[in-house]
Amino acid sequence: MERKSKSLWDTKIVTRAAVDSLVKLDPRTLMKNPVMFVVEIGAALLTFTVIRNQMHHQAGFAFELQITLWLWFTVVFANFAEAMAEGRGKAQADTLRKSRTETVARKVKADGTIEEISGSKLRSGDVVIVTAGEFIPGDGEVIDGVASVDESAITGESAPVIRESGGDRSAVTGGTRVLSDEIKVRITSNPGETFLDRMIKMVEGASRQKTPNEIALNILLSGLTIIFLLAVAALQPMAIYSGAPQSPFVLWSLLVCLIPTTIGGLLSAIGIAGMDRVIQRNVMAMSGRAVEAAGDVDTLLLDKTGTITLGNRQATELIPAPGVLDAELADAAQLASLADETPEGRSIVVLAKEKYGLRGRPLSSLDATFIPFSATTRMSGVDFDGRAIRKGAPDAIKKYVIEQGGTVPIQVDEVVQIVASSGATPLLVAANNRLLGTVRLKDIVKGGMKERFDHLRAMGIRTVMITGDNRLTAAAIAQEAGVDDFLAEAKPEDKLALIRKEQSKGKLVAMTGDGTNDAPALAQADVGLAMNAGTQAAKEAGNMVDLDSNPTKLIEIVEVGKQLLITRGALTTFSVANDVAKYFAIIPAMFAGAFPVLQALNIMGLKTPESAILSAVIFNALIIIALVPLALRGVQYRPLGASALLRWNLLVYGVGGIVAPFIGIKLIDVIITRLHWA
Amino acid sequence: MTNNGWFQILFFLLVVLALTKPLGAFMTRVFNREKTFLDPVLRPIEKLLYRLTGVDEATEMGWKEYAGAMLIFSGVTLALTYLIERVQNHLPLNPQHLPAVAPDLAFNTAVSFTTNTNWQAYVPETTMSYLTQMTTLAYHNFISAGVGIALAIAVVRGIARREKDTIGNFWVDMTRAVLWVLLPLCLVGALFLVWQGVPQNFKPYATAQLVDPQTVQTTGADGKTTTQVIKEQTIAQGPTASQEVIKEFGTNGGGFFNANSAHPYENPTPLSNLLEMLLIFAIGAGLTYTLGQMTGSPRHGWAVWCAMAILFLVGVTAAYSAEARGNPLVETSANHVQPAGNMEGKEIRFGIANSALWAVVTTDTSCGAVNSMHDSFTPLGGMIPLINMLLGEVIFGGAGSGLYGIIVFIILSVFIAGLMVGRTPEYLGKKVEAFDVKMAMLTVLIYPLFVLGFTAISVVAPKFGLSSLANAGPHGLSEIFYAYAEAGANNGSAFAGLNANTLWYNTTIATTMLFGRFFMVIPVLAIAGSLARKKHVPESAGTFPVTTPLFTGLLISVILIVGALTFFPALSLGPILEHLLMNAGKTF
Repeated sequence: MERKSKSLWDTKIVTRAAVDSLVKLDPRTLMKNPVMFVVEIGAALLTFTVIRNQMHHQAGFAFELQITLWLWFTVVFANFAEAMAEGRGKAQADTLRKSRTETVARKVKADGTIEEISGSKLRSGDVVIVTAGEFIPGDGEVIDGVASVDESAITGESAPVIRESGGDRSAVTGGTRVLSDEIKVRITSNPGETFLDRMIKMVEGASRQKTPNEIALNILLSGLTIIFLLAVAALQPMAIYSGAPQSPFVLWSLLVCLIPTTIGGLLSAIGIAGMDRVIQRNVMAMSGRAVEAAGDVDTLLLDKTGTITLGNRQATELIPAPGVLDAELADAAQLASLADETPEGRSIVVLAKEKYGLRGRPLSSLDATFIPFSATTRMSGVDFDGRAIRKGAPDAIKKYVIEQGGTVPIQVDEVVQIVASSGATPLLVAANNRLLGTVRLKDIVKGGMKERFDHLRAMGIRTVMITGDNRLTAAAIAQEAGVDDFLAEAKPEDKLALIRKEQSKGKLVAMTGDGTNDAPALAQADVGLAMNAGTQAAKEAGNMVDLDSNPTKLIEIVEVGKQLLITRGALTTFSVANDVAKYFAIIPAMFAGAFPVLQALNIMGLKTPESAILSAVIFNALIIIALVPLALRGVQYRPLGASALLRWNLLVYGVGGIVAPFIGIKLIDVIITRLHWA
Repeated sequence: MTNNGWFQILFFLLVVLALTKPLGAFMTRVFNREKTFLDPVLRPIEKLLYRLTGVDEATEMGWKEYAGAMLIFSGVTLALTYLIERVQNHLPLNPQHLPAVAPDLAFNTAVSFTTNTNWQAYVPETTMSYLTQMTTLAYHNFISAGVGIALAIAVVRGIARREKDTIGNFWVDMTRAVLWVLLPLCLVGALFLVWQGVPQNFKPYATAQLVDPQTVQTTGADGKTTTQVIKEQTIAQGPTASQEVIKEFGTNGGGFFNANSAHPYENPTPLSNLLEMLLIFAIGAGLTYTLGQMTGSPRHGWAVWCAMAILFLVGVTAAYSAEARGNPLVETSANHVQPAGNMEGKEIRFGIANSALWAVVTTDTSCGAVNSMHDSFTPLGGMIPLINMLLGEVIFGGAGSGLYGIIVFIILSVFIAGLMVGRTPEYLGKKVEAFDVKMAMLTVLIYPLFVLGFTAISVVAPKFGLSSLANAGPHGLSEIFYAYAEAGANNGSAFAGLNANTLWYNTTIATTMLFGRFFMVIPVLAIAGSLARKKHVPESAGTFPVTTPLFTGLLISVILIVGALTFFPALSLGPILEHLLMNAGKTF
């Protein structure tokens, strides 16, 4: 599936949204949005009044009709914003549904015989066999065999992945296809609850619940709406007292302009679009709450390997022992590594080739015996031409050399110390009883990590690196990567303990994990991002799953979470700030007839009372549409400290919110008076 | 405007600044029950009170229990006050033989004093006996202020405490507020006022022979004109100084005399005037320091202080300049009437600067005492006191109520700010969530509901609403609007020009006062309870700091915008319209 973000104004989405925005006029749905519901009531009442007035041939029809229509437009525009946000998800859900093809599963019955049943009838605990070319019928765990699986339907990544029983690569997802070999899978989900089902629901927004902050903001907006209802309701008696009673069209115009329609109309679109942005990044969040919590995170626990550093260490330097030539060491190191298929081994071969021009020799041409690495000897090597070449952990090689009757030069010990304390891993190379020198294996920190951590620090987020390395190595890498803290020689229990410790200080903790032994920590963390390649247990424990299995993505999710809240706050500020200009448009228009002195408040110099009121109402409606792209994309996020960020946002959305409508309303007034609308 | 005037205003603010820390730190000690220099005298009295009333000072209360205790206490004292007013003619200490107070007026007055409003729909010296003034009204001056301070402390505790269910003990907080904070300073202040010439006695009113008898023509109800020669003047007196000092210090404002602090027996000299204004601001200013200290963030306390001080200066500048400019209509026709601005309704011994300053001080807080006639201010000059009250009296504010009032605005400010920095909003380490926002919004709703609601009904009700009006047009609207605004804000100052001693105004104003106090307090205590239960979130670079000028600026904007957006239509038909019409040559 292609998951490139669609253009904002994709024709199909816009068309569907336009239709949906009319369907959403149903008061039963609109009632959930108190601000827009008030506008709809006003529009309905005014429609009734305008028809009645027309039947009685009262004057002012053109103005009244326009006001009424623009109130309807205000509601429709708000609905459109929401429908646009949902539309993007719906389009994605359609694609996902297509991949949920009906499959035939070969179920292994209790007596060992095989029965063919429909994939949708599989229940948790059933065991099925899947061979090359077949679709995996449901989410499950590989209990036997190893296979390459095409997971592009879920992840969009076309390269096949390996799934095998045991270990951390055992989870498979329904709807993906086995490319080679045969596996036995124990199904772990019931019909309708599969990963694909949940993902469809998620992107469609069907299971969307309001997040805590959204609820709080909704209360604030409802409160403001009630305040303005009271203010406008009380204005009419005062107007009557002052001898200038107002028509319902004018009063409703004032009310609709004052209540926070801009944010009220865009609020749910912002929430949906925020979730959508998470999905665009190929992360499946179990709830909007989790995304919001990501924005609040204080501490990020990041695994060193794969997140901060590239998965493998690489040889970066060969340091010969006293009296040994560079070339001799390089030659021995390369020979010892020829049969070593680990990335570390290969990197030694490459280093020897690049630095010393030694070409890798074909193994078969040598009459050599390769000694594989074993956990007990902790070294590997080759016996060749009467020479026994070994490479391995310093202790093991030193012991080997001494056993062979050789000596260990003190300088080599020093080099080993220096290499270790710089965060790299030393390996020693020996031939028979001669110690030849040291290989420096180094962790390579991913590019751009330091800047990212700097950004996080500015945002007030502390990063903690988790590694199984010893303290010395861990400290050096931590320094190079620029993390704030590290946990060395970490066991899974240590992770859990660290999370609990941070949480007891009131902090919110996020982490990534993939193994079964990460599950408790993932469950304990406030935001747990599980890798899709990980085990089922990990995926269940976390509250987000990264389909690309890229742990670095946690940082992006934090940014999305923050952006979501900032967008809400910014548009609320903008919406309320707008009211100042609207007052200056409408109040003089209301009372300038009875009290010409009040023209002094008409600082925009709007042409007539009708044009002033109409301009304010039109501005109020159009601003919703104008801000749809901002609501869907989210305001630009800048990794700044809280004060700087607030200062900037207040300037743009607060001061801007005061100034913009003065200009906008004036412009609309000029246009509609030219067009003779009012 | 004169340099001398500005100097006096700034000098006043500097003294307030100097008072803030010592008074605030003292209150922190009092309510944390730490040792103070007054303990040897007051501790035995306190213990005795608890023994007599059966209060266990070690018990802690949750917010509901705290609110319940406060409501029951206020309800009982309200009923008692009503009763004493109704039977004062049968009770001692009534040398003038004043009759029982009418039911609606007695209810209005009882509510008014219980809610720390001290709105007086009556002329005290011809309505209330010495006993009524002392046992009920003076008593409430202490108690309602004490309750206010207790509530503010409970709210501050709610913010400061972590994962606790309780916010203190109402009885203890109130008792300590009265014994440690209010009484000692009132003793000193009363002596100071006596030195300045304020009477303190139980004598019947004195009669003085006029040196220059006056001839007065009055038109009777039958339309006949009678001519009367006035040869003597009755001069009211009584235990004034003791009542005067708590009237200011407890931000009560109910005068011993009808002319309130404009009366030479209540406020005889410029020095007494300065002291009284300082007393009005003292507790409100001090509590900001207490807030900072008890929550462990003194700089936050000062940030709040600054927001208040800036709003105060804006108000005073506007009022002073409007009054100093005077009425353009008079300016052109009769310059000698107002050589230095609008002197109508002002005392010569205070002048424009001190009258404008007082008007702002008394409405920034919930005091409501007056030293000049607000009704005679220019439209814009009179609008400032009105706006101050409509903003919720959070500029230093009433004893206690100013602080918990501004905390509501702080909650709303940090909520918006929190969203804009991309975090769940926090206030001093406590997450601000749906419940807290709901409660904050409830308190904000009370003003428009009652103030605008009753004003709206009154201005279209010719029989019971408009018949009380002395002026027509926008000025009349301002008079009614002001009456409900001061009631909602528990201010009690009178714009005058409105005969509020009617069944309609007595009951609706009383209702507004009750809701303005208790329906404000209950949600605020609920916020305190909810915050107290929450975990403390440590501050990080991502937290919006509540100690910076940016926070102060944001808080000011939120207060102004919420107030302006709610009341701009009403203000534009009242004082703003009146101002524009006055400039166009039309007055009311």
